[in-house]
This record gives sequence, C-alpha cells and structure tokens, in this order.
Amino acid sequence: MKILVPVKRVVDHKVNVRVRADGSGVETGNVKMSMNPFDEIAVEEAVRMREAGTCDELVVVSIGPKQAEDTLRTALALGADKAILIESDERVEPLAVAKLLKELAAREAPDLVLLGKQAIDDDAAQTGPMLSALLDWPISSFAAKIEAKDDALEVIEEADNGREVVTLPLPAIVTVDLQLNQPRNVSLPSVIKAKQKPLERLAAADFGVDLAPRLEILATRAPDPRPEGKRVGSVDELLAALRSHAGLLEGEAR
Amino acid sequence: MSVLVLGHHNGSALSPATASVVAAARKIGADIDVLLVGHNLTSIASEAAQLAGARKVLLAESADLAEARATDISDIMFAIADPYSTFLSAANALGKSAMPRLAAKLDVQQITEITAILGPDTFERPIYAGNAIETVKTGQIRNVITVRTTSFEAAAKGGEAVIEHLSPLPSTGAVKLLRTERDESDRPKLDEARIVVSGGVSLGSAAEFERLVYPLADKLSAAVGASRAAVDEGFVPNECQVGQTGKVVAPELYIACGISGAIQHVAGMRGAKVIVAINSDPEAPIVKLADYALVADLFEAVPELTEKL
Ligand SMILES: Cc1cc2nc3c(=O)[nH]c(=O)nc-3n(C[C@H](O)[C@H](O)[C@H](O)COP(=O)(O)OP(=O)(O)OC[C@H]3O[C@@H](n4cnc5c(N)ncnc54)[C@H](O)[C@@H]3O)c2cc1C
Ligand SMILES: Nc1ncnc2c1ncn2[C@@H]1O[C@H](COP(=O)(O)O)[C@@H](O)[C@H]1O
Repeated sequence: MKILVPVKRVVDHKVNVRVRADGSGVETGNVKMSMNPFDEIAVEEAVRMREAGTCDELVVVSIGPKQAEDTLRTALALGADKAILIESDERVEPLAVAKLLKELAAREAPDLVLLGKQAIDDDAAQTGPMLSALLDWPISSFAAKIEAKDDALEVIEEADNGREVVTLPLPAIVTVDLQLNQPRNVSLPSVIKAKQKPLERLAAADFGVDLAPRLEILATRAPDPRPEGKRVGSVDELLAALRSHAGLLEGEAR
Repeated sequence: MSVLVLGHHNGSALSPATASVVAAARKIGADIDVLLVGHNLTSIASEAAQLAGARKVLLAESADLAEARATDISDIMFAIADPYSTFLSAANALGKSAMPRLAAKLDVQQITEITAILGPDTFERPIYAGNAIETVKTGQIRNVITVRTTSFEAAAKGGEAVIEHLSPLPSTGAVKLLRTERDESDRPKLDEARIVVSGGVSLGSAAEFERLVYPLADKLSAAVGASRAAVDEGFVPNECQVGQTGKVVAPELYIACGISGAIQHVAGMRGAKVIVAINSDPEAPIVKLADYALVADLFEAVPELTEKL
C-alpha cells in the first residue's frame, strides 16, 4: 500500500513558548522548530510498515514556509521515500490544509493517509477528520495500534472510556496518538542519504483552493496566573493547610 | 440563532459534559436542540429533556446505532443541519473526531475547545498546550465549535424539552466496532471527580501505583490520574492520562505525586482549584505551580498522608 503522511513544522515541544508583549501572537523568532511530535509517530509507523513490507511507498508532505523543507528532510531521514513541500508563507487553517491534502491525495493516490491527532501549536485536532469528510474516506482517530489486514485496517483507538478496536476498509484516514510507537533517532548516515531523496516543491496558491483564513485572531495573551503557592514542611502541615479550605476534603473517610 | 448540541452518553446515562455544553450553547443562541445517537435511549433522553435551556431532544435511535462511530454521528448531524447555525460538542474524543467532519462537510473552519465566550462570534481558546490563550472571531455565518466542558458550569435541571424521533435514519458507515476494552472500575471518573490523585513515572511500577496512589485516592473518594510517562510505562491505563493529549480536569483538589509538571501535563490540570505537589525536587516546575508543595520522598509522604486522613 502507498502511505501519505502530512507533517507540520511547529515550535519544538520542549520550548517554553512566550506570548509577545503586544498580544500579536507567540514568539517564534529564534525559537527551535521541529516536526510535530505526533507526525513523527505517524512517520515512524509508516516506516515500520514499509520495513515490514505492508507499505511499498511512503510520501511525506508539509504545508508551510520554505523552512518546512527541514522537517521534510527529517522525515526522509526517518525513512520516507519522497517529500513534497506545498509552500505558503501565510497562516493556513486546518480546513484549507485538508483541502490541499485532498487535492494532493487525488494526485498521489495513497491507500492510507496517516496524520498526527493534533498539531501542538494550534491544538486544533481537525485536519484528519476534515480530510476524511472531504475525501469521503473512513477514519479511525487516536490510533494506539495499527494492523494491516488485506484491504482493511484493524486499529485500537484511545476512546473516552477505555479502548475500542475497529476495522475499516482502505483507502482510509488514521490519526495517531502518542501510545502508538516510540520514534527512532535519526542517524547521521540516514541524514546524508536523505539529501539524495526527491523533494518536490509546489505553491499552495496553485492548487485552486481558497486559502483565506475564516477566523480572525484578535489577540493572544498569557494564561491567567495562578496565585502564589506555599511550601509546606511536613505531611501534618499539608493536612492543616488542606483542612483550612472548608469542605475541600469532603470525600475524606470519616 | 438555533444551536444543535451533540449529546454525550455511555449507553446508560447522559454524560455530565452534555450539561456544560448546553450551558455554553445558551451563551451563543436560543433554540437549543440536543441530538442523541444510540440505542435504547429512553431514559437518557428524559435526562437530556430536563436540561434548562433545551428546546428539543432529537433521537437517532436504532440497534445499528448502538455502536455508532464518529463518522456515523457526523453524517447524522449533517443530514439534519439545515435549520441550525451553530453546532456544539464537548471536546472529548468523540467530539474531536465527529465535529471536524461535520465542519468540513459544511465548509466551515471549526473552532476547537473554547474556554470562554466573549460574544456570539468571539471566543477564547488555549493554544500551545495552554501556554497562550487566543481570542478568535469568526466571520462565518455557521459555526462548528467544541467546548472545554470544565470551563462552563453545567446547565441546571428543570427544563421540559420535547423529545422527537428522527427518521429516516442513515445506515451506518464503513467503520465497524469489533470490541471494546472498558475501564470497569467503580472509582470516580477522572473528568467528573471533585478530587484527583495523580502519580508519575517515579512510582516505578504498576504495583507501587496500586500500593500508594490508589489507597490515597480511595480515602478521598478521588479519581486516579497519571502523567504520560506513567501511562507509557504501563503503570495505569491510558484513560488515566492528564494533559495536553490526555484529559483536561478541573477538580477542587489535584494531588500530584512524583510528577515533574511538564507543560504538557500542566495543560490538563492547571484549572484545578487547589494543587498539591509531593515531589523530592524543590526545582520541579510542579513545586512552583502548586498551592501547597511538599518537598519530600513520595514513598514516605504518600502513605503517611493516606494514614492521617
Ligand atoms: C506531544 C507531547 C504530548 C504530551 N502529552 C502529555 C500529556 O498529555 N500528559 C502528560 O503527563 N505528559 C505528556 N507529555 C509528556 C511530558 O512532556 C512529560 O514527559 C511527562 O509529563 C513526564 O512525566 P512525569 O512527571 O511522570 O516524569 P518526570 O518528568 O520524569 O518526572 C518525575 C518526577 O518525579 C520526581 N521524583 C522522583 N523520585 C521521587 C520520589 N521518590 N519522591 C517524590 N518525587 C520523586 C522527580 O523529582 C520528577 O519531578 C507529552 C509530551 C509530548 C512531546
Ligand atoms: N501545515 C501542515 N502541513 C502538513 N501537515 C499538517 C499541517 N497542518 C496539519 N497537518 C497534519 O494534520 C494533523 C493535525 O493538525 P491540526 O488539525 O492542525 O491539529 C497534524 O498532526 C499533521 O499530520
């Protein structure tokens, strides 16, 4: 099967993001950028399927500025065969991302599109389900395990209350959760090899998709600060402090 | 502006999240209808009909729909979408997979996990794991919105909504449920509990979690939570995970035992009224965040606390 994995370039998950003083957004200048962690897991899963022989071609795609090429090179180093950059310097909302991916799916004809369950910058968690609606393909969300079975997939999903095991026919969309796998480290030889792999550049504007944002971001602020905390020196002191809040320990055994 | 709310239930009872979504709906528009999808919904429907502010409870009820997937639910919502301008759901796993599908079918850019409603078209929502709060304004005529339920008081009882059966029902789609692995414990649910006791990877094993965290939780009638690292190690099931990619909780009291307080964890518990940290490292971020921080070895402090309660 052919797998398409969309990967987003985001502020690295270890960075402590700061809101700009003028409220115009978060500081992204001079900040380490990386592949969205969930997308790394999606790439890893596809690479494992490639290694196991269930996948015969793995294409990665990123929508973003020119620098997203770095993210794509990382995916190539992880084991992807081919990368596509759909270049845009503007903010592209999940609906527009899904529309671009729909066009790309028509061209690349993947059997499976594996996406992260959410991007850790906008925390939108929309693109996978949106793409499934636009393509009219079935979707399994929050995959913790994926097994290929002939023309179908069996997926263990993280649900609201426990896990659910589902089956869905290909072509399909799956969004991945952290539990799915532990991505490998990129080795130096594979980074060098990745430089030889094909990376195609397309312009988002050429897709005939309406890219104009539908939502206006009026302001961005830091979260409300929590009140100053207190250090307690012992379990007794902690208990006294908690009991000073009327009713707080209501569940406490009498 | 009429609003369609996706009602959540577990097959036997209405989920409390639904009441919070209805409360949020009342801040956006009037004429609020609640959709329930499933099988044998009679008692769940009468619960929903009592939510203050609900006009109608719409039932999509059939044996097939007992195991309705998110895809089926978004298809049903789309089929009845015409009269509505706003579509709301809790931002739980079901809402997160069904609502964006509906949004895409309606050609609407969804607004995810709002935490405040500043006006009928203006909302606040966390981004970057809650490290920033964005104010968004929609210019769309129709909107699809998911709600962080802990940010909204539940709608009161006392409503008298009309219960209506939908027909014809669409057939269910291509995704089939094979089996479920449910958490059958009778402990309070993480997203409903007044008190949450959470453990981190430093507990070292499922057995130590069982020995230390559960007794403290049971004494407080609390739900058990965990960090991602503890879940990854298999100490507790995944549904115990609190954080950016787990559950968002806002209990009266949150006790974090041996959890460092990584931003992704804090994203899920920052809204607790009182935060207690028990951690051996005075520099751990959770110690700085907590209302009461006890710098101590959890293997001593937790049993002592349990005993003295
Ligand atoms: C995309 C992404 C999403 C994530 N989502 C989540 C999420 O939803 N939820 C989540 O929790 N994490 C999430 N994480 C992981 C997160 O970054 C942290 O790795 C994780 O929360 C750490 O778990 P921990 O606090 O148990 O472990 P550690 O960070 O290793 O902390 C262990 C703590 O225990 C303390 N300790 C050790 N021994 C003792 C002792 N004897 N007594 C008392 N204290 C002791 C240490 O001082 C330390 O503070 C995510 C990460 C990524 C990249
Ligand atoms: N700009 C983008 N480029 C490539 N993939 C993306 C982009 N935005 C979102 N995605 C994919 O969609 C998933 C969910 O993103 P989101 O809906 O923004 O939370 C991500 O994990 C990626 O797999």
